[in-house]
Amino acid sequence: MTEAPAQSEAPTPAGPPVRRGRASAGAGRLAALLVSPTLLVLTVVVLYPTLMALKESLYGAKGLDPATGFISDTEPFVGLGNYAEIFGDAGARFWNAFWNTTFFTVVTVGLETVIGVAMALIMHKAFKGRGLVRAGILVPWAVPTAISGLLWRWIFNSDGVANALLGQQILWTTEGVHAKVAVIVAEVWKTAPFIGLLVLAGLQVIPTEVYEAARMDGARAARRFWHITLPLVKPALLVAVLFRCMDALRMFDLPYILVGAQKHSVETLSMLAQNEASNVRFGPASAYAVILFLYVFLIALAFVRLLGADLVGGGRAGRRRRTEVTA
Amino acid sequence: MTTRTTSRAAVITAAGLLLTACGSSDGGSGQAGPPSFEGRGPITYVAGKDTTGTVQPMLDRWNAAHPKEKVTFIQLPTDADAQRQQMIQNAETKSDAYTVLSLDVVWTSEFAAHRWIDRLPDKRFPLGKMLKPVVETARYRGGLYAVPASSDGGMLYYRTDLLKKAGVAAPPRTWDEMTAACAEVRKLPEAKGMSCYAGQFQKYEGLTVNFAEAVNSAGGTVADAAGKPDVDTPEARKGLDFLVRSFRDGTIPKKAITYQEEDGRQAFQSGKVLFLRNWPYVYSLAQKSGVKGKFAVAPLPGLNGPGSSSLGGHNMAVSTTAKNKATALDFIEFMTNEKNTRTLLEDASVAPPYAALYDDRQLIGQYPYLPVLKESIVRAVPRPRVVPYGDVTAAVQQEAYAALNGDKNSAQALRDLQKALSKAVAR
Repeated sequence: MTEAPAQSEAPTPAGPPVRRGRASAGAGRLAALLVSPTLLVLTVVVLYPTLMALKESLYGAKGLDPATGFISDTEPFVGLGNYAEIFGDAGARFWNAFWNTTFFTVVTVGLETVIGVAMALIMHKAFKGRGLVRAGILVPWAVPTAISGLLWRWIFNSDGVANALLGQQILWTTEGVHAKVAVIVAEVWKTAPFIGLLVLAGLQVIPTEVYEAARMDGARAARRFWHITLPLVKPALLVAVLFRCMDALRMFDLPYILVGAQKHSVETLSMLAQNEASNVRFGPASAYAVILFLYVFLIALAFVRLLGADLVGGGRAGRRRRTEVTA
Repeated sequence: MTTRTTSRAAVITAAGLLLTACGSSDGGSGQAGPPSFEGRGPITYVAGKDTTGTVQPMLDRWNAAHPKEKVTFIQLPTDADAQRQQMIQNAETKSDAYTVLSLDVVWTSEFAAHRWIDRLPDKRFPLGKMLKPVVETARYRGGLYAVPASSDGGMLYYRTDLLKKAGVAAPPRTWDEMTAACAEVRKLPEAKGMSCYAGQFQKYEGLTVNFAEAVNSAGGTVADAAGKPDVDTPEARKGLDFLVRSFRDGTIPKKAITYQEEDGRQAFQSGKVLFLRNWPYVYSLAQKSGVKGKFAVAPLPGLNGPGSSSLGGHNMAVSTTAKNKATALDFIEFMTNEKNTRTLLEDASVAPPYAALYDDRQLIGQYPYLPVLKESIVRAVPRPRVVPYGDVTAAVQQEAYAALNGDKNSAQALRDLQKALSKAVAR
């Protein structure tokens, strides 16, 4: 989703494939021809909706004519009025949702990374019943989010399993820190396996000779993990974390189903957009969506720039580093 | 050369798509003039998923009698919000896929104001035989926009065995009587650990229902018949105070703040609650549980006498953008006639809109709660009939929840609610 705008800018100037150098003009044309279906699809399914959302966000809600009692047919053009409203009158609610979204993203992705890597290490080990453990770890990821929301709602019910285990009477779905905790637990339970899966894929391409060499040199397990495993799975891990960040920033269904709509403790930006849209105010809803889009886009950009997540280069850097280590 | 032309063509096609798409989304001047119900032919009936299996046989009977005007049943998700969303989508895209819509009673104003549904001719339907508050839910600004197909009202479920043992002769008619009855029952050894009262207090539509009932039962209103909010009154405050006080002194258990219908039912069936406010559907389920034969229903209690319930149920309307509207009217007449609503009551325990059915001996034999339900519906006050119902119910939930949690005192909550409602309605 976020990479798309960067890619779809490409078609507008006619020449870039040719300018790449080395390749001949004919090859460039062929490349353009081959890429054009993809660009066309991206334009239709990504660029067009994005632009439409931008345009829609400049229109207000349809008004009620007090004389006839009917809603007018056209949406009034309000310019940046929707944005002014979001940062003005609706500011408290917006910033609360903004911080909730950020908080959930940082905490859940942090926990998921730690747990996910641990899961991957376990799944990677050769032992009896490994297949069973692997399948078991992946089950939560296979459960649809809405279903897991319902599932956890039973667990966090006032007479539910969570309270029975804790021996407490916590009302999880009421406002407060406990509601946040409930969402975080359910989210981490569901998505840590995703990170585990991607990291496992990264682990499997690390050649065993590297470890053998390290062991010969007398490196202990902890040292092998920090200096061999982590650097070598870093490309896979970063991709996993980036994907999870974007998912978490768009979080909607879990807090909505588990705790409920309009609960300030767990309200996220997506929930604000949904709330506006469900009340037939598509302009303000689009404005929220655009702000969320920009936020996700900035985070993704920062990720790529600061951490060097290797999304475009096809793992070239990873391979280079690997040769360095082996050497 | 060819390749370049092709790539350019691709870009142009994409741009063209963009432009045409932009153009089409701006259209829609809406239809004008009074609705004319013309055209006969196949139509669709759109409603939430039918879990009882009673709707399709009814449609089959219609289809057998009208081979040229067949009705197809389009089932939407069980979740009311999802149904509303799909119906709005159908209306906004001016599609003729949906003909007859089964609307929740609180959507009528919104659908009518947006002209998503047609105004219907009053004289076509036997509205005079229906319960008055039920018919009111189908009107917007005096005009009839839908026909009542079913209704629903809240009732007070109570434990007959415990009341009898504690020497309480009759079910409570006021809140004070209810608390007094509770105090008596709690002295019994078998009532140890029991809570007195529960309803639906989670922050969702059920809270709006329970808040409105408390306010109406104390003589207040949330919004008047014209949809104008008037909730910052001493009467409304007495209603809200009853709930707030009950939460504080434990009459309502603390955890009831998370209760929806099902949680309360479970608590009642497992003997944890003495009095429960809930809908009629609970009756037959409780008959199969541990409290079988040990409970009965009564009208909701109020401040100085019996209280007033909120109204549930569904109305049938015709989508503005549909075809074959003459068939649609006939079909609505068929679905909402006394015979078919009776069938629905017998087979699926759906409360009918017709007054006479509630007094039917045979039906009362099957559903002993019918007389109480009738009383409940006759005295019921519909939830605020306003166009931006979504905003109104959200504001009610927001402030009522804050008051029940003790984050705000009830005076402040009602003041803020009045402000929020005025803003929502003026929008």
